[in-house]
Formats: sequence, structure tokens, C-alpha cells
Amino acid sequence: MVEMQLRFRSDEPVGDPAITVDNFGEQTNAAAVRIEPGDDARDLLPFLDRLKLVEVNFPAFTDGRGYSAARVLREAGYQGELRAVGDVLVDQLFAMRRCGFDSFAPQAPLDPADAEAALARWSDVYQATADGRPAIWALRHG
Amino acid sequence: MYKYDSYDQAMVDTRVAEFRDQTRRRIEGHLTEDQFKPLRLMNGLYLQLHAYMLRVAIPYGTLNSAQMRVLGDIADKYDRGYGHFTTRQNIQYNWIKLDEAPDILADLATVEMHAIQTSGNCIRNISSDQYAGAAADELVDPRPYAELLRQWSSFHPEFVTLPRKFKIAVIASDTDRAAMRLHDIGIQIVKNAAGELGARFYAGGGMGRTPMIAPMVCDFVPLDQLITYSEACLRVYNRYGRRDNKYKARIKILVHELGRDEYVRQVEEEFAHLLTQGIEPPIAELERIVPFFADPAYDVAAPDTLDRSDPDFALWLDRNCHAHKQPGYSIVTISLKPVGGIPGDASADQIRLMADLGRDYSFDELRVTHAQNIVLPHVRKADLYGLWQQLDAAGLGTANLDQIGDIIACPGLDYCSLANARSIPLAQKISERFAAPERQAAIGELKLKISGCINACGHHHAGHIGILGVDKKGVENYQLSLGGSEGADTSLGKITGPGFDEDGIVDAVEAATDVYLANKQGGERFLDTYRRIGMEPFKDAIYAKEPANG
Repeated sequence: MVEMQLRFRSDEPVGDPAITVDNFGEQTNAAAVRIEPGDDARDLLPFLDRLKLVEVNFPAFTDGRGYSAARVLREAGYQGELRAVGDVLVDQLFAMRRCGFDSFAPQAPLDPADAEAALARWSDVYQATADGRPAIWALRHG
Repeated sequence: MYKYDSYDQAMVDTRVAEFRDQTRRRIEGHLTEDQFKPLRLMNGLYLQLHAYMLRVAIPYGTLNSAQMRVLGDIADKYDRGYGHFTTRQNIQYNWIKLDEAPDILADLATVEMHAIQTSGNCIRNISSDQYAGAAADELVDPRPYAELLRQWSSFHPEFVTLPRKFKIAVIASDTDRAAMRLHDIGIQIVKNAAGELGARFYAGGGMGRTPMIAPMVCDFVPLDQLITYSEACLRVYNRYGRRDNKYKARIKILVHELGRDEYVRQVEEEFAHLLTQGIEPPIAELERIVPFFADPAYDVAAPDTLDRSDPDFALWLDRNCHAHKQPGYSIVTISLKPVGGIPGDASADQIRLMADLGRDYSFDELRVTHAQNIVLPHVRKADLYGLWQQLDAAGLGTANLDQIGDIIACPGLDYCSLANARSIPLAQKISERFAAPERQAAIGELKLKISGCINACGHHHAGHIGILGVDKKGVENYQLSLGGSEGADTSLGKITGPGFDEDGIVDAVEAATDVYLANKQGGERFLDTYRRIGMEPFKDAIYAKEPANG
């Protein structure tokens, strides 16, 4: 089990092991699920109220499907923990945060100073996403 | 043209700092080359055969003289005194050192320029009509919409690792000068029956090894939903575009495999959802951008007549100047295709001269065309003769726009690590074979395009005559195709038959032009004659000639 390195939530982390999307539908009490790149995050939408943790796996950091999965869940109102796991690197952290991830369990530990700098670098953003940051166009037109 | 506000400037400055930090971490070994590669690509930095290549973004091909001047200075300071203008309306430098790349970006940022998303699997620099704002046939200037899309697509967090690169073009006239339907998304700004402006979307076009013409996916997206619709198109692609095979990863394959109707259904579903998410900039944002592209202060009394007594000038005038919407003005194309030259190359001095000429003669504005030439969009007719004299003296007065010497060519095996064959020497040989202006004039409009590999950066599929370099058992070999076009009548070229060696392909091109001249009727262009008489007469002539030339 890979260790969680960064978490931006104040609630208690869920201890349950995350199960696959396929198994999730059948296990009516499961609160943690793991999405693989080929899974459709929308399959989880009927169960959002019982979900506390969704792990999104990035087997390779170059596969960007997990970013869409994250936004799909946040846009549908999912409030639980959204954790990026796998090949998660410093230079992708910021985009992941913007897509709604709020915890990170990278396969290889990140340099804490580099991670902090990457997350703090951008003062403003051009797009509106479910992370709630105002887009530059919103700031321009107050 | 568009001016950055403090937000735009901060974004570009932040990117410079970020890339400097990423480069440092690479050099210090904290990032592996595999980890660094997508980061540098998103900043336009490729590792080529001999050195790094840096591609600088020129959004929708528009720039001012200060920006053009800096491009010339960068060529001197960091490269070997040359820059290469590309088919994406950008410029690239072929001899860059990694540790200097952040400094180049810092220089660019001083004139509101950058290299953001000029390569990599992300949304690339948005291209547009090089005559935008000046052409008589446009509905509106397409560039404000391109600028809105530029901001939306810059560092879009969901689309940083798409299955493959993603190219968008925006036009606003029925004459397509931007090969719009050969883009991943092509947008034409149109007016509906109620007289409102909107965007017609095409998706799934592209060149590469599987060329496809984009089908229309929505005939009218209201302007206040432009970004939302684009985001829906991209999300469906990001989620379902193929990632198992690099050569099947472009959106054209997704649209083709799903079928246009199913792709549209999925986009519409995503669009309906995203409309509830508040991701669209207010229309006030578009209204903020539009005035940046207002007409310059034309001299309404500018004379509309010209002295054509110098025959060389008259030749250039007829070839390289295009009708302007404003009486008394002309759109001038500076050909970067001198006989025997490298298509799209310009020296640092030539770049700075063009900057000065843009400032003095064209309201401080220049354009880069996808055919790798430079446009001065707003020149008083009364100034044309003086302008031409200065261009001619600097080797920039070639009168061959859209003729056989106006060749599009990729960098090919001279620079590119993907190439199978050289493109540049072939372009040089062809332009030398057809060097005589009278001969070029007799052949008339003929768009010849050369790609050094199947990735088709030289747009050979869309050439009236297209040439594709392939590797045949270790020997460079060239395939000839005929009948491609990129305009409103977009079509893909068909291969004539077996390929040729370097001399053989030049002979084959000549044979094809001979068939055209022998068969042309009335005012037909090469393409028209080909479409009328078909491939056979060309094939007969091309391959009959082959044995004689050994």
C-alpha cells in the first residue's frame, strides 16, 4: 500500500481499502472505490452519498483520463475525498488540485519543497472548474 | 491587436519561472528525461537530431513589430542567425541549448510572447486566417474568438495530457485560408437566420498518416456557449480517445470509429451537463477582447490607383498583393520562398527588416501564414512601390505566392528526428527547376507541399501536388500525390503510383505540370484540370517518362 503524502482535508482519512468499480456496485456498504483509467466515473454517480473516498489511479502520468474522472465527480456534487494515486508527480499536482483532487498518494515520494512550490506557484487561472477558484475572466468582470 | 493586461502578463511570467524551475530540476537530475519530456514539449522544446528546437507561439499568426524584432534578436542571440516560420503560424529555432531556453522565454515575455503549448499532447496554439481583419470577404474578424479560446486553452487543467496533440483553427469567411477542416476542431464564425453570430463546429479533421476532413458537428453554437461547447468536445475526446496506439490517438480516429453521429450525441450530452457548471466567460469578456481587433485608422483619402510602369513591380503586385476591404489599401504577402531557398526561413536581419516595414507601412502589424510566408495586412497602395523596393533589396521580393515555387516543406531529415527523408533539398531543387518567373506564371496557382515523413507536417495531403518522403530499405524515396486542396473545396490527394528518387520526383513534378499545360481549358488551375481529366493522363506521362530518365 502506497502512503498518502499530501492531504487537503480536515476530516479523518477513510481506513477502508478501495475496491474496484466492478465490485463496488455489489458491495452496498463499501465507502471507498478505486477508478482505473478505463472506468467511467459516471457509473459511480448513483452512489455518491455513501462514498467517502475515491481513488483515481494514474498508472502512467501521461494518461490524462483521471483528470476528467475527477471533474465529473466534483461536478456531480461529490464531497468526499478524491485521491490521486500511482504515477503522480510534482508538475501535475496543480492541475490535479484544480480538477478536484484533495489528496495524493504518489508511488514515489515527492520532494516536499518542490511540491509546495508547485502548488503555490499560480496566483490566478484562466478557467472555471469545480475547485471554486475564480477564473481570470470573473476577476476582470467582477 | 490584443494587449495583455496584468493577468495575462502574470500568467506568462509565471510560466517562465515554472519552466526555469523545471529545467533546473532536470539538469540537477531530480526529473528523469521521461518525466521532463512532456513538460518541455508543453513549452515547445523538442529534442531534434542535432540540438533542441524551440517553437514560439504566435497566436492566430498575428504579431506587432516589437514582437517581430525580438524574434530576430533571439535568432542572433541564441540560434545561428535564422528563424523558421512554420505551418502552424509559429516560428521555430533549430539550434537551442537547454540551459538557455528559460532565458529565451524571459525575452519573449517582455513582448507578450511565449512558447506555451506549442507542442505536446495538449491544445496547441490556435491558428486563424492570415487575412483576418483585412479581407473583404469576412463576416467578422475571427481573432477575438481565437483569443478567447487561447486563454481558455492555456494551462487547462483537465486537458494537460490528452491522448495526442489537439489543433484548433478559427475562421470567419467562406473562403478558407486556414485549412480549417483539416484541424482537430475547426470553427467558422457564421450568422444564423436571426442575424446573430455563432460558431459552426467541425471536429475530427487532420493530416498525419490517416488524413481526414472534419465533419460538421454543430452548425450553430451561440457565442455565449463557445467555451462550454469546446470543453464538451475536448472532454469526450480526453475520456474516450484511444491511448493504446499513438497513430490512432487523434480525435479524427475517435470521430471515425464512433461515427460522427455518436460523437455528436456524446458531445451534446456533455454540453448539456457543462452548461449547468458556470464555466463560460460572460459575453462581456468577448466584448472586452473585440475592440483590440478594431480597424486601424485608415486614410479614407488614400488613392486607389497604382503606377505599374516597373514590370518587375507589376509582377509582384499581381502575385503577392490581395484585395483589402478598405479602398486604397492592399494585403501584402512577403514570400519566404526565394528560388533555391529554405521554405519559411528568414535571417535575423530579414526578420528585423520585416518588423520595421510592418511598423512603417502596416499599422505595426504582421501575420505569419500557414504557408510559411509573412503578411503585412494593411498597406496603402501608394506605399507599395517603396515597400517592394526595400523587400527586393533584402531578398524578400520573390513574386511567387501560391505558385509552384511557393512550396510548403517540413524541416525533414535535415533537422527532425522523426523524418524518413529530406524535404528542404527537394524543395530547393524544385524551385530551381521552375525558377523562371514566366514559367511559373504560365503554370499559375499550384500548391506544392512536401512532408519528410508520414506525420505530414508539410501538409502533403492537401497539396495540389503533394510529396511524401519515405524510407525504402535505407534509401530516401518520394511518393507523389495529386489533387489535394485545403480551401472551401477541401480534398485529399491521391498517390500516383510507385515512388521516385530525388531527381526522379523533380522530373515527375515537371511531367505533371506538362500534362496540365497541354490539357488546361480556359482559366483552369492545375487542380481544376486534374479534377476534370482525372489521374490517368498524369500517370501515363509521369511513368512513361521514368525509364528514359533511368
